[in-house]
Amino acid sequence: MVSAMEIYMLLPKTNCKKCGLPTCMAFAVGLLGREKKLEECTPLFEEKKYEAKLAKLKEIVAPLESASETGLVIHPEKCFGCGNCVIACPVNVAAEPTRVGAGLGPEGDRVILRVEDGVVVANNLQECKRFGPNKILCNACTATCPSKAIEFV
Amino acid sequence: MTEFNYKTCTGCSLICEDILFPDAGSGSVSQARNLCRKGQAHYQALFSERTGPLVEGSEVSLDQAIERAAEILRNASAPVIYGWSNCTLEAQEVGLALAAKIGAFVDDPSSYCEGQLMERILSGKIPSCTLDDVRNFADTSIFWGSDPSSTQPRHLSRFSYFPRGEKRQKSYEEERTCIVVDVRESPTARLCPNTTYRVLPGEDLQFLEAILAVLEGKIPKFGDKKKMIELGSIIKKTEYGVIFPGPLMLVSLQDQMDRFEELLRRLNEITTFKVVPMTGQYNSRGYSQLLFDRTGRVKGVKFTASGEAAEAPSLVEAVKGADAILVLGSDPLLDLPLGLARSFAAAPIIAIDPRRSLTADVARVVIPSAISGLETGGTALRTDGVRVTFEPSMKTNQLADEQILTRIMEAI
Repeated sequence: MVSAMEIYMLLPKTNCKKCGLPTCMAFAVGLLGREKKLEECTPLFEEKKYEAKLAKLKEIVAPLESASETGLVIHPEKCFGCGNCVIACPVNVAAEPTRVGAGLGPEGDRVILRVEDGVVVANNLQECKRFGPNKILCNACTATCPSKAIEFV
Repeated sequence: MTEFNYKTCTGCSLICEDILFPDAGSGSVSQARNLCRKGQAHYQALFSERTGPLVEGSEVSLDQAIERAAEILRNASAPVIYGWSNCTLEAQEVGLALAAKIGAFVDDPSSYCEGQLMERILSGKIPSCTLDDVRNFADTSIFWGSDPSSTQPRHLSRFSYFPRGEKRQKSYEEERTCIVVDVRESPTARLCPNTTYRVLPGEDLQFLEAILAVLEGKIPKFGDKKKMIELGSIIKKTEYGVIFPGPLMLVSLQDQMDRFEELLRRLNEITTFKVVPMTGQYNSRGYSQLLFDRTGRVKGVKFTASGEAAEAPSLVEAVKGADAILVLGSDPLLDLPLGLARSFAAAPIIAIDPRRSLTADVARVVIPSAISGLETGGTALRTDGVRVTFEPSMKTNQLADEQILTRIMEAI
């Protein structure tokens, strides 16, 4: 997944403040957190010398658009369906302590992560600890993935 | 609270019993919940490349195919029955009765894999426990030459590392340690990079000796000394440890399994250590148990004409001298080494196979069967020896393995 530094390297680095943020680095972080849009950096679009950088930026920012509200990206082609994330997720365990807590697959609809057709799918993202402005940077699901099929942006 | 209708998956030896199909009523297997990728593929097999009854490559009726199979077996002087591990216990029982009747040589894929270990576990020389014990009590899991993420995807999440158990409420975060001993950086090894030990093929004995040396307080002669001493201290702190030996380790140790027994004896002097085998196909353990109860052996057995079990030649010799091979719930041409597969292909094969396979392609007689575990119910033993009884997940009009075997037996 792309880092804030990689985005920053492709920005104008003039700290012109036209986007409303004090520095280009802050804009890069905002872009990664999906609080800012690429279009808000007007010099990038107006000035010809940034054309190549803009094309590159559009390319690396594209995957961010597919991320969910909590920044979760699932690569179904890499997933084994092992269910490690399902069992490790603290919200899942709280929803079904006797099943998910003991290693069995969830049966209800209140869980966030669930294995469906051999691949993990995410639901109920508003329950995730990463949801909303007061988020906690929990990484139980990504840290337990043996194939790096899920990650956070 | 809604009642859930759980289905069983027989894709691997864990036999997961918590599979849900939201619209099972319509016979569809889409949106299956809790089914891993391997299980998903197993269920998809229901719909592709199903076999029909064939004799010498031409389509016949089922009765004719069974009649022809019985004729070949009746006239054979050195028949072989191979496979077994993808059948229910019921089919295996009928199959063994058939083998005793015709005086066949029987063998299954475990004889060149976990057979040595299984023999010791079944005879009680190596202590074993169930996977539920692993979940409830174990705090150290050693995956030695095995990679559950690839072979039994739900092993870690259902039993050995992530779930909370009776005595292990804090689970993988604080209480459990996962150790991987492997030749490469397997997906399981990626979960515990600090406790991964790299052992090249054939070096397992040296690794084993190094553990014994560390436990004696000596400096190990193998590998990174600091890491080996760390492993020793993890073992000494363990309250309940489990070793999951995989094929890599078993093949590498082969004739030195006595040393492994010695290691277990030494470990059990310090703390509790158990061994749980990692079988491949879903009822491999069931066949080993059944054959062990009947004959006291788990590897190849030759039944004499009077139905007694006798010391058998190796699979290679038996197949070379065979004049009829009944293949049941297995695909030896795909699994076995080329030389042995060639000997298989040279003999007249009768394949009882639900789907097209390499073996069914070269077989003289193909008898289609229901996919065992999905279309037929029955009983099987999980990899740790727990008996699982299951109902069929799907309806079918194909005959089950045991029905086919009974009919062949009647015809003979």
